[in-house]
Amino acid sequence: MIGKLDIVTLQQIWWILCSVVGALFLFLTFVQGGQTLLWQVAKNDREKSLVINSLGRKWELTFTTLVLFGGALFAAFPKFYATSFGGAYWVWMLILFTFIVQAVSYEYRTKPNNLLGAKVYELFLFINGSVGILLIGAAVGTFFTGSNFTLNDFNQVTWTNPLRGVEAAFSIFNLSLGLFLVFNARTLGAMYLVNNINFNGVPEFEARVRKSCLTNFLLSLPFLLYVVVSLLLIDGFAVDKAGVVSMVAYKYLYNLLTMPVVLGLLLVGLFLVILGVTRTGLAKATTGIWFGGLGTVLVGLAVFFTAGFNGTPFYPSKVDLQSSLTIYNASSSHYTLTAMTYVALTIPGVLAYVAYVWRQMDSRKIDSQDLADKKAY
Amino acid sequence: MFELDLGTVNWARAQFTLTAMYHWLFVPITLGLSFLCAFYESIYVRTGKEEWKRLTKFWMTLFGINFAIGVATGIILEFEFGTNWSNYSWMVGDIFGAPLAIEGIFAFFIEATFFAVMFFGWERTSKGFHLFSTWMVAIGSNLSALWILIANGWMQYPVGMAFNPDNARFEMQNIWEVLLSPVAVAKFTHTTSSSFVVGSLFVIAVSSYYLLKGRHVDMAKKSIIVATVFGLLSSLFTAFTGDESAYANAYTQPMKLAAYEGLYTGSKGAGIVALGVLTSGKKIGDGQDPFTFEISIPKGLSLLAKRELNGFVPGIEDLVYGNKAEGIMPVSEKMARGKAAITDLAAYKAAGKAGDEQAKTAAIQRFKANQQYLGFGYLNKPEEVVPPVASTYYSFHFMVYVGTFVILLLALFLRTAFTNKLAESPWLLRFGVASFFLAYLASELGWVVAEVGRQPWAIQDMLPVKMAATNIGAGHVQATFFIFFVLFAVLLLAEIKIMQKQIKIGPEGA
Repeated sequence: MIGKLDIVTLQQIWWILCSVVGALFLFLTFVQGGQTLLWQVAKNDREKSLVINSLGRKWELTFTTLVLFGGALFAAFPKFYATSFGGAYWVWMLILFTFIVQAVSYEYRTKPNNLLGAKVYELFLFINGSVGILLIGAAVGTFFTGSNFTLNDFNQVTWTNPLRGVEAAFSIFNLSLGLFLVFNARTLGAMYLVNNINFNGVPEFEARVRKSCLTNFLLSLPFLLYVVVSLLLIDGFAVDKAGVVSMVAYKYLYNLLTMPVVLGLLLVGLFLVILGVTRTGLAKATTGIWFGGLGTVLVGLAVFFTAGFNGTPFYPSKVDLQSSLTIYNASSSHYTLTAMTYVALTIPGVLAYVAYVWRQMDSRKIDSQDLADKKAY
Repeated sequence: MFELDLGTVNWARAQFTLTAMYHWLFVPITLGLSFLCAFYESIYVRTGKEEWKRLTKFWMTLFGINFAIGVATGIILEFEFGTNWSNYSWMVGDIFGAPLAIEGIFAFFIEATFFAVMFFGWERTSKGFHLFSTWMVAIGSNLSALWILIANGWMQYPVGMAFNPDNARFEMQNIWEVLLSPVAVAKFTHTTSSSFVVGSLFVIAVSSYYLLKGRHVDMAKKSIIVATVFGLLSSLFTAFTGDESAYANAYTQPMKLAAYEGLYTGSKGAGIVALGVLTSGKKIGDGQDPFTFEISIPKGLSLLAKRELNGFVPGIEDLVYGNKAEGIMPVSEKMARGKAAITDLAAYKAAGKAGDEQAKTAAIQRFKANQQYLGFGYLNKPEEVVPPVASTYYSFHFMVYVGTFVILLLALFLRTAFTNKLAESPWLLRFGVASFFLAYLASELGWVVAEVGRQPWAIQDMLPVKMAATNIGAGHVQATFFIFFVLFAVLLLAEIKIMQKQIKIGPEGA
């Protein structure tokens, strides 16, 4: 059946798949959020170790999802991969640096003779959770605010801003989206820790984590509000049937209204996040992360769908509108998309074993016993 | 297409070399040690003996330290295709992106998911499920090698695709040809089996050190036996797959073969140089003897490359200047045809914009006649197709010497281990420690052969490296190069210090 799909359907399927991976990544940034909470919620070494060991069992999932996001975009939308990574060089490099230092930090932090000392590895984790997520938010923001590139006949990219992508972080919209993601990651981080750690005997530690969920959610609100209101009011990039790109007033508002499903995803997603926050921050429940996580996934989907569907170029160029990338002009060939769609049929299987192992590993919460294990981080 | 300045291209090259070689410091140990951990744990589960569990946990600790930095240095490689090789990413992303995405779906998630069980699941899951997870980490790690090596194999021998003039890129036509390409198969088997050898030698080196110091004797002996059997079988297989790779090269990359064998002038019944020193300052076509000293095995190269004693093996000069009798086209002619293809492609584009259908059809017909030489059109002179001969030649020969030495050493280890005389053989143990570093070097040099030997091509005969890079300016790449250099050096130093300490602490710390 997949072999019979036309290219437009395949392009849309792959935008949905990439969006799902991207949205799952946003949920999994609870790891990064948790990393930035370390100094705030953990007041002694034992509490710190509980946080690190709890996050340490999940960090690779987030990391791998980011890598898959890159891989999926490469396979399905190679023109985006070439244009954005090659063009916005510095923003991606800086993001990657923060993930490189993250990858060693869990394993090396408490190992004897580790050269830099635990504090530096903790700082690495903080940088990853703050700068890394902020810049990812800024990069996603350019899906709506546009970037500075032109493409020639052979699709070679020329970036017209000397900051090479970092300029994205100087737009208030992009910055707000980045900061929202940072605070949302922290909110999710707190929800996850509440779910994952056994707080028996340390109620004040639990109270701190729960409180930080509420505070960070409240801190994220002004940025969220700014992003949503701007999105509804700004002129957006639009592409017509002939492939000509132009600026259209209230484009993204129009997208949400003409795609009620996307509007629904956004509203339900936000509601679920709020539910997650109230369950964690105001009630005594440990299940907040599931609401907050699903909510984040739905909001993420809404963001990506608004950027890519309904005649919208998902990676617009501000300096040369006609260089803008749409899911139709940036995609792989019909053959490759078909082959990759067969491959994608295995994704539910992957999710299933990830979920199974997660359940197996988390059936008992992290406690002091785990810290006594010599393998502990 | 605009030409990129050479500074940018060379810095991009330097950065990729740096990051890839750093990454490769950790990968062979991951590939080999993951299986050894699985073997050790299997023995524990079968025998139920606690000493095997302790031993398994010890090697897993070292595995984890190595794995973390392998992950850290690996992420950058995937994204560098975009950041530094954006033209490449666009031109072949339709083919090259697929194995990278499949790697994420099929391999990385297996590693990431089961790694947590392998390390933290001893008390949280059943014995059987834990063992299963350890095996999954080993399989997942090696699967990730599979997909990236398929991608690399495709660059060395591009199959299963066609050029699409409308969007100026190569597009996939047959995924099975890409996945099952003989070069990809040879590459995967040779790379993983040689990594198993490196992983085994790591265990042997650490264990030999313990035996020399008289510490953890029982654990060291047990570890050595398993590692030696695994290492010896793998090293024999490495020799076999190495031979297969060379045989494949004869058809797919004859220039690379000629470079690593130091063969300037081709002949029927070509001899193979077993030991030789290249003449410095030798240039192609200058008539100088390529070797100042050599010991050759008559007809050896013909046998290796063509599987017959009198088969013709082309030398570097035949491949550059052509050889009519053997039907080899000179590069100058390929370049002329390539340049014609570039002109016709531009004419096709221009006619398309002008809406002149007739001119468009004519241009595309002319283009199709020469399109297989498109890549050659970007070269400036025929001699550009010759890779750096000395580094390719010496790297290859060093690799072969180490490979041969390791087989003998492992055989000796096996005999000594089975007669339980290891503790009384300090010289052998010293060799055991040192040979790990030799094997490491050989493993890195294997990549030098593969990658330097295929210069100037990013994709063999299709896309020269200088056309593949991102148009970014050398300064930016230089800056990130030095950041990587410093950052990775610090992380490597940390890794080595932690590793040393853990080895000093020994299995009690695990």
